[in-house]
Amino acid sequence: MTHSSRNRALLLPALSWLALAVALGIMLLLCFACQRPTASASSLFPDSAEAPGWSKAPEVRTFSADKLSDYIDGDAEKYLKAGVRSTSTADYKFRDKLQATADVYTFSSPDGAKAILESEPAMDAQTPALGDAARLFAQSLTFRKGPYLVRIVAYQDSPELAPALLKLGQAIGKKLPR
Amino acid sequence: MKDGTGKTRRDFLKGCAIGALAMGAGRYAFADGKVNPPPAASPRSKVVIARDPSLYANSANPDPARVEKLLDQAMQNFFQSPDPVSPWKKIVHPGEVVGLKVNTIAGHGLSTHPVLIAAICERLQQAGIKAGNIVVWDRTEDELDRAGYTLSTNSNRVRYVGTDGKQVGYDDTEFVAGGTKTRLSSLLTRTCDCMINVPILKNHEMAGVTLALKNMYGVNDNPNKFHANNCSPGVADLNLLPPIRSKFRFIVADAMTSCFAGGPMYKPQYAWKYNGLMVATDPVAIDYTASQIIEKKRTERGLNTLAQAGMPANYIAVAADAQHRLGTNNPARIDLVEV
Repeated sequence: MTHSSRNRALLLPALSWLALAVALGIMLLLCFACQRPTASASSLFPDSAEAPGWSKAPEVRTFSADKLSDYIDGDAEKYLKAGVRSTSTADYKFRDKLQATADVYTFSSPDGAKAILESEPAMDAQTPALGDAARLFAQSLTFRKGPYLVRIVAYQDSPELAPALLKLGQAIGKKLPR
Repeated sequence: MKDGTGKTRRDFLKGCAIGALAMGAGRYAFADGKVNPPPAASPRSKVVIARDPSLYANSANPDPARVEKLLDQAMQNFFQSPDPVSPWKKIVHPGEVVGLKVNTIAGHGLSTHPVLIAAICERLQQAGIKAGNIVVWDRTEDELDRAGYTLSTNSNRVRYVGTDGKQVGYDDTEFVAGGTKTRLSSLLTRTCDCMINVPILKNHEMAGVTLALKNMYGVNDNPNKFHANNCSPGVADLNLLPPIRSKFRFIVADAMTSCFAGGPMYKPQYAWKYNGLMVATDPVAIDYTASQIIEKKRTERGLNTLAQAGMPANYIAVAADAQHRLGTNNPARIDLVEV
C-alpha cells in the first residue's frame, strides 16, 4: 500500500462520520424549527395590567397528561383521548370579590381542543368572537385557539361577570402562541 | 407498626375480617356490627330525600340553620326517631374514631359543603363522639382547602386531613379489586374505626353518576386504573374490598347543588340547585335513586339519556349483581321517602 492510498483509507471513515454528524445536526435543527412554539405555564395567564379588574393568584399549577386525573378525575380520560399534553391552571379574583379559575389545556393538535369543546352541550351559550370558537355562559367561558382549550369558571354569579369573563378570556387568548 | 391511634397492622386485618363477616351481603353495617337491614329478614332498602326550596334563600351558599334542619328531617325520618340525636347513636358509639369521607375534587363549586359537615359533626358530638375523634378527610389536603375546609390536625378539635398529609399516606397492604392492585388510605384502614360516606350528587362523564359508590375512588391510591368501560366493574369491584365494606356505616349525600352534565368537575352552566340531602345505608339503592334524579333533569333540559350520551351508569347494576351484592338497584325493593 502506498502512502497516499493509506491516507485515503484513513480519511474515508473519518469523512463518513463527519457526514453522519452533519446530517444528524441538520435533522435536529429541522425538528427544532418545526416544533410548535410553546409557552411557559405562567406566561399563559395575564396579570391585572393585562386584564383590568382581575387579579391572579401567584401559584400556577401544571399537570402533565399522565397526572391530569389528579386534577380533573374521570374527566381526564376524555382529554387524554383527545391528545392533551398538559394543563395549567391559575386562580383569579375579579374586583376582590368574585372568584374564578382559569384552565389552559394544551393538545397535540387543534382537533383535540375542538373535540372537547364540541363534546359539551352548548345549551344557551352565547358565541362571542374569540379564538377559533367560544361559548360564553353566565358564569363560565370556554374557547379554543389552535391546540389550546381555555376554560374559565366563576364560583359566584353577578350581572357584571359575563363581560368580565370575556375580557379575561381575550387577555388569555392574546398570550397563546399561534 | 402502630399509627397515631395505637392500632397495629394485625388489629387492622382482624377488624377487616370481623367486619367482612358481619357484613354478609350488601348494605353498610351499623355500630353493633349487624347489617341493617339484614338482607334475609328485610330485603328492602330505604332512601330518604329531604328537600327545602328555600335552602339557599338569595345567597350563593346554603343557610346553615336550614341545612341542620334538613339533616335532622332526613335522619329522623330514616330512623323513625323523635329527636335529632338518637339516629347518630345507632350509627356510632362513644370512643370510636369516626371518619367522614367527603368529595372535594371539584373545588368549592361542587364539593361536599362544609356547612353540612359542620351539622353532622355537631350531631356526632351530641351523640357522644369527641371532637378529636371525628376525622373529615379526602385524598388531598389541597382539594380540601379549595373546597373551603380549614385543615387541622389538632386532636382536641375535629380533624381535617388528606391522605397526602404528613404521617398519613396509603396503607402498605396491597388489595386486589377485580384484578387490579390497589392500596387504601390509612385513614380508612388504621385511623378510623368507622366511616360515614358524605358524597355529593353529580353527573360523571364516564360513570354517568357519582354518589356513594363512586366516592370510594377517593379512598385508593390509583383511581385512574378503575375508569375503564364507564368505571364498570371498577366501582363495584373497589367497593367489595373488606375495609370499605366493614367500615362504612351510613351515607349522608349532599344534593344541595348538583350537575346534570359536564361532571365531575364544576361547570356552572350544567349545575342546578336540587336543595336536598339524601340518606341511606344501601349505596346501590341511593346511587340508583341518584341516577333517576340526574336522568330526569337531563330530560327537562333536552339532553340525551346518560346511555345515549355514552356514559351509562352500568356500575350500579353490576354492584347489585350476584358477584357483588352491594345492595339493590330494583326500584320495587327501594322504599323512597321524600320529605
